[in-house]
Amino acid sequence: MSGVNASGWRPEMGSAEAADMATASGDKGLMLEEPLIFELAAPGTTGVDIDAPGAQPLASLGKFLRKDMAALPGLSEPETVRHYTRLSRQNYAIDLGPFPLGSCTMKHNPRLNEKVARLPGFADVHPLAPQQTVSGALEAINQLAFWLIELTGMHGVAMSPKAGAHGELCGVLCIKAALEARGEDRKVLLVPESAHGTNPATAAFAGFTIENIPATDEGRVDFAALEARLGPDVAGVMITNPNTCGLFERDMKRIGDAVHAAGGYVYCDGANFNAIVGKVRPGDLGIDAMHINLHKTFSTPHGGGGPGSGPVVLSEALSPFGPLPYTAKMPDGSVRLVEEENATEMGHSQAFGRMAAFHGQMGMFTRALAYILSHGADGLKQVAEDAVLNANYVLRSLDGELDAPFGASGPCMHEALFSDANLAEGFSTLDIAKGLIDEGFHPMTVYFPLVVHGAMLVEPTETESKAGLDRFIGSLRSLARRARQGDPALKSAPHFAPRRRLDETQAARKPVLAWKGDREA
Amino acid sequence: MRYLPLTGADRAEMLGVIGAATVDDLFVDVPAEARLPGPIAGLPMHASEMAVERHMGALAAKNVSAGSAPFFLGAGAYRHHVPASVDHLIQRGEFLTAYTPYQPEIAQGTLQVLFEFQTQVARLFGVEVANASMYDGSTAAWEAVAMAGRITKRKKAVLCRGLHPHYVGTVRTMAKFTGDVIDYRAPKLEAEPDTAGVISAIDGETSCVVVQYPDILGRIPDLAAIAEAAHAQGALLVAVVTEPVALGLIEAPGNLGADIVVGEGQSLGVGLQFGGPYLGLFGCREKFVRQMPGRLCGETVDAEGKRGYVLTLSTREQHIRREKATSNICTNAGLCALAFSIHMTLLGGEGLGQLARVSHARAQAAAARLARVPGVTVLNHAYVNEFTVILPGDAREAVRAMADRFVLGGVSLGRLYPDASDLAQGLLVCTSELTTDEDIEALGAALEGVLA
Repeated sequence: MSGVNASGWRPEMGSAEAADMATASGDKGLMLEEPLIFELAAPGTTGVDIDAPGAQPLASLGKFLRKDMAALPGLSEPETVRHYTRLSRQNYAIDLGPFPLGSCTMKHNPRLNEKVARLPGFADVHPLAPQQTVSGALEAINQLAFWLIELTGMHGVAMSPKAGAHGELCGVLCIKAALEARGEDRKVLLVPESAHGTNPATAAFAGFTIENIPATDEGRVDFAALEARLGPDVAGVMITNPNTCGLFERDMKRIGDAVHAAGGYVYCDGANFNAIVGKVRPGDLGIDAMHINLHKTFSTPHGGGGPGSGPVVLSEALSPFGPLPYTAKMPDGSVRLVEEENATEMGHSQAFGRMAAFHGQMGMFTRALAYILSHGADGLKQVAEDAVLNANYVLRSLDGELDAPFGASGPCMHEALFSDANLAEGFSTLDIAKGLIDEGFHPMTVYFPLVVHGAMLVEPTETESKAGLDRFIGSLRSLARRARQGDPALKSAPHFAPRRRLDETQAARKPVLAWKGDREA
Repeated sequence: MRYLPLTGADRAEMLGVIGAATVDDLFVDVPAEARLPGPIAGLPMHASEMAVERHMGALAAKNVSAGSAPFFLGAGAYRHHVPASVDHLIQRGEFLTAYTPYQPEIAQGTLQVLFEFQTQVARLFGVEVANASMYDGSTAAWEAVAMAGRITKRKKAVLCRGLHPHYVGTVRTMAKFTGDVIDYRAPKLEAEPDTAGVISAIDGETSCVVVQYPDILGRIPDLAAIAEAAHAQGALLVAVVTEPVALGLIEAPGNLGADIVVGEGQSLGVGLQFGGPYLGLFGCREKFVRQMPGRLCGETVDAEGKRGYVLTLSTREQHIRREKATSNICTNAGLCALAFSIHMTLLGGEGLGQLARVSHARAQAAAARLARVPGVTVLNHAYVNEFTVILPGDAREAVRAMADRFVLGGVSLGRLYPDASDLAQGLLVCTSELTTDEDIEALGAALEGVLA
């Protein structure tokens, strides 16, 4: 079932009999099962000793006092450490191997970043501490802001958005505020059909009507169709560049010029900035607003789904409308926080408002700044070059094995796009993905972008070695062959993961979203 | 460069496989005039680990950390002791460096944690269901207003006076673009929250009333009375909890009639971090679950019938529904949710109750000490671990002057409400189990000193 891998070592499969053997514990060697906290806990247990004395609650609290805390079970410290350590072993992670999710940019997370983010001067500082006691924190934010502006060639940056989609919203709200300031009520945002799902969701939230712009046969925005649609009702365009097919939008500058000539603004989804950081500046391409996912390009950890951080760089036209708060460098070199208290005095009275409490994802800022300083201008350019080189190496190494729908239109950027064409009848992208799990890899992004049937989007990133890529390519070749030959074992993959395929239909039909074991008895 | 594994020989060999002469040939689609000739001019080049550490260390050293001075700040961000095992466990690479669990067969660790987290949050809040977390408390508050609008098909939200002003600002920003009507007035320096005022603002057009519990001044609103009034008009009660530790002492909002309960989870496990990343908590009644924003994890079985967990009800979400989604949110605060959940597991209900009682005891001691400062009065009748005092002059000045004496003495209402001159004398004072007798004495002495 398994092929010989690149090193020539053939994994021992053992007999089917042994694999199916049940154990009394349910665990199998280092394959560990773990119950829920609620099934482990005894009532009244706690893993924290609090030595300060309590006191009688104030008499005035009488009618507010909580009656029962028993619904929240606790575990001792050793049980807690073991519970989470055992659970952690059921996760795949970039620390274990490649995580080639296209558009998600899973790269190595340097541990230096973790160390500096935990310095008490950053980690143990209150957001509303008097400004005289947080000058270094404000300076750190401002240094990151400076780098983001320089790397993108833009005019300003809003640092407070909490994640990419929040940044998109920030950019779209800036556009809306700028239009309002001009006294114009433009209702339509043009969104290419290959856009991330967050783009139309964001535009709709901000009250815009979305119109789709088709892609050309070579996977890029159809410039003629876009230009033809521009007019006095069009607020602007939301475009991803490099796009979700892994291609650079060659017409970006023309698109920007045309949109600006028609009185609109250009929003760029910066999720794929990793492909061009240090090589191309979006500001040179006529972009008005672009969010940057610090957890993608600048390596802050994804943590199983966040936290993100989505600063938005802005053109001169949109900067006056950016949200509060932000940091400003004063003539004496100090950095000030501009918030509601001093916005007018600091010349930022047109700000569209506040997007969240406090000042943004500081813990992500310090990590991203450490990453940027480590690479410097030369290293960041190398990041983009190696990311693009790795993706093209994957693309060309699979010639003749997997269908690459835009393979003929030239090199890709940071991610290589394949389709499910050529697989045997009844075999799909999902089978390749689940087969990769058995091979010890995390699957690529699947069924996105929607413009390609059975899309498989592979983004290796610059932190994969050539040897690591060769192993991954070897596995993909083997899986592509098995899918072409119709190997039935592939249909039921994964076989070797902590779980087999999970029943998502049942989960959605009758949702069980919380444990109720103690309430059903 | 230490983070880049490719060697020069690798690059040459790979270019050969690709059939390109140079790496720049891979960037041919970028218009020539937009391609930078070399590293961006005027920026520093790469730096060693020790050089970066030195740079960041110098910036950090300029700040007065909360642990280095008597510390009494709260107002939406709270400092509690975080057990060492929390930070150790969240740094396990399998948690730290995993992505959103889109492939559930190899993400059961993250998914089971989310399922446990959802259960803990629901039980803490006294509701049936909770989601897998949101960006922070303020954005969760907005999402609750938007959700109430979807459920009731009404456009007017009443925000209580005691809602954190940053939360008010966030809701107002969003409402400006969706056309929701927001009814809000700044608080007054009164010992009790304005329950009658909130109730009288609710009418047949109201989608929800949003009540912070305890409120920004540390007072405890009467949720049961407000819930009854809201429900009588067909409106929902949204409770906002910025300090979840308080729920170790006072009743859960869901048990008092709240339909949606949101909050900021930062005070357990996450730490201050100068404002982020934090953790939005979001719970509601089971009947509203399909209108809920954000990620949800649900229980199911695998092909062999073993229990397992998956992300579910994704037909509400943007990657499926696009412009018809319940929210544009694509991410949660996974790692912060993990930290919260581990800390909550260590505490259990027992430990949380104890933590709340001790924090409350320290607040009583601090209030007693401050009441002895000439010219200072304590505003609140009731509070948990945060209360308001009224100073004889502008509290902003007093906070700055106390900071000069290395006492972080609280949050001035002037900082939070720059336009409300009648609040300028208010100072928010917050305590926790970390507050010592010495800290309290230092606060009293510093305030006496700066007011003298």
